[in-house]
Amino acid sequence: MYKYDQIDKQLVSERVAQFRDQTQRFLNGELHEDDFRALRLRNGLYIQRYAPMLRVSIPYGLLSSDQLRAFARIAREYDKGFGHFTTRQNIQYNWPELAKVPDILELLASVEMHAIQTSGNCIRNVTSDHLAGVAKDEIEDPRPWCELVRQWATVHPEFAFLPRKFKIAITGAVADRAAVRVHDIGLILKHNDAGVLGFEVLVGGGLGRAPMIGQTIYDFVTPQDLLGCLEAILRVYNLEGRRDNIHKARIKFVVKSNGIDKFREMVDAEWVASKHYAPSLSDAEIARVKAFFTAPAYEALKDIDVVSGKGNDFRRWYQQNTRAHKVDGYRAVFLSLKSVKRPPGDITDSQLDSVADLADKYSFGEIRATHDQNLLFADVRQQDLFELWQKLSALDLATANIGTLTDMIACPGLDLCSLANARTYTVVDLINAKFEDLDYLYDLGEIQLKMSGCMNACGHHHVGHIGILGVDKHGEEWYQVTIGGAPNGKEADLGEVIGRSFKQEEIPDVLERLFRVYLELREGDERFVDTVRRTGIAPFKAGAYAQADQAA
Amino acid sequence: MRKLIKLHNSERSIINDSWHYAEDNASAGSVIVSLTQWQSERDALIASGKKLGVKLAPADKVDSIAADVSKLSLIALEFGGLGEGRGYSQAHILRRRCAFTGELRAVGKVQRDQLFYMARCGFDAFELPESADLNVALTAFDDYTVAYQPGVDVSGLQLQRRATN
Repeated sequence: MYKYDQIDKQLVSERVAQFRDQTQRFLNGELHEDDFRALRLRNGLYIQRYAPMLRVSIPYGLLSSDQLRAFARIAREYDKGFGHFTTRQNIQYNWPELAKVPDILELLASVEMHAIQTSGNCIRNVTSDHLAGVAKDEIEDPRPWCELVRQWATVHPEFAFLPRKFKIAITGAVADRAAVRVHDIGLILKHNDAGVLGFEVLVGGGLGRAPMIGQTIYDFVTPQDLLGCLEAILRVYNLEGRRDNIHKARIKFVVKSNGIDKFREMVDAEWVASKHYAPSLSDAEIARVKAFFTAPAYEALKDIDVVSGKGNDFRRWYQQNTRAHKVDGYRAVFLSLKSVKRPPGDITDSQLDSVADLADKYSFGEIRATHDQNLLFADVRQQDLFELWQKLSALDLATANIGTLTDMIACPGLDLCSLANARTYTVVDLINAKFEDLDYLYDLGEIQLKMSGCMNACGHHHVGHIGILGVDKHGEEWYQVTIGGAPNGKEADLGEVIGRSFKQEEIPDVLERLFRVYLELREGDERFVDTVRRTGIAPFKAGAYAQADQAA
Repeated sequence: MRKLIKLHNSERSIINDSWHYAEDNASAGSVIVSLTQWQSERDALIASGKKLGVKLAPADKVDSIAADVSKLSLIALEFGGLGEGRGYSQAHILRRRCAFTGELRAVGKVQRDQLFYMARCGFDAFELPESADLNVALTAFDDYTVAYQPGVDVSGLQLQRRATN
């Protein structure tokens, strides 16, 4: 993974000093609350219902074991003993004390981490494929490009105060696991007809109150031109994005109101005008960064039969929670943060420490955070899987539910967030209680359930196969259900609302009725979302709103 | 008299402002007019022989003065507060595309915490509110000594950055 040089170290430590000064001026009353808000947000610090919330950047989800140990220490010394992994591959702490945040940032800097641009109206953490570098379907490793874009975007003087937040995702594989079509800019690594590497550039995707799917602005941009292209898009957005209405300020509204062709013309004009002074990536800089993402020291191994003679629990885990690896004799292993005992994405300080130790022993000391709020060991020897499973089981990190209904995404909701309309964690608990039979979950197959506590859509409910959105009706918590959405690749689309919203306690039964319809209608091995798209939502709608006695 | 922060090469100083806004003193020898006034009185202003400056609001298009930058000694870009970021791109375009070499001044709600970013986008003069302590604000240009991106760099900030980028 990328290692800081003197420039990276200097920049992060200067950021810590800058934020310490800003915090001090605020606490001394020299900096107005509104101004401090705009500044602290650029450092990942929100003020939530009960306490500040600090979001720490995990660039494209990649972590070393020492960084994970620092997370454990922060959880223990500055929080209530846990952290929360987010859908954008970051980690959040919900209980830090404002005056101590500079100390947390200093601790993070000591392990080459920071909270720069994890919130606020600026370019956020660049996200990517959690299987980068190990996936069999990979065309090109996206991580060096993520790092190059990360550096370009960090403390960029021109784009530090955008109309609204700005999210960039990069994928290098056929199966788009980075959800590039629901980002402000999505980059897809590809080869052109001449075999030259470059990027398809998508723009204008995003979730939130007005979800939209990104559109292709350029079919092929060379690596040398990448930053110039990004600058042109950002400059047009910075000047043309709406600043009078926060709900219409994302770049997707500029793209939509002009149409993609007109928007392309605007960017073209800027790009052409800036071509002779725009930043460009030299071959030397690309090579320098690429050198950090070489393969670890794999042993020459053969694929082996891992499951023969092993019990059912291990077989299930192997089947659900591990993935093929491009190198023989290895697997990628998910650590499920979707235990019934904790909210999705939550992890304790002692689990963090233990995971760090296991990563050192079994996966070259590296850990990845996934979009689905789980962790991943990318490079585990197949011969170690059984032993690793035993250890993960003891840590409650081996729930064999990856990709199933209970591998749910949920934002923190009304329990912690000051924006939320409704609780999410109670709904998670209700669903977990209802659907505890793993065989039933496996029969349902892949289902991405995504839940948000308000229309800001941090839980990405629009692109869930099943989406659940908390809404406020006369002070009561209600939940709207969408079906048929999907986050990834060409199938990326927004779900459709099935009808009137439900009370909290109705949700598990509604899901069961939806699944009954699915199991009746599915053809072959089609997934829930495939059936919904083939039949339309009508039969599901009818099933979901059937009287309880008819459904029983 | 209004005080300003002015950058010149690597010098940073607090100086007395020798410019006047047209609404305060239209007869001054160095006068800053609004875009509206520039557009309606352009030829007369040029003929007056005065040193001329134009102030753009955040929503004004840089293109509206792009052809005239050689006639102007100063361009002032207005900021409405910390969240207002159009001025950074306006400055970039004026310096880079329009090759404007006169004074580029940040005005309005200009705060200490914006100064470093502004300087990197090509501003070399900063009009802070009267309540601001300009001596404290001067230190803002040292917030960072390194950068990942090429800057417009007329400000004389000596930043270490990746040579290849």
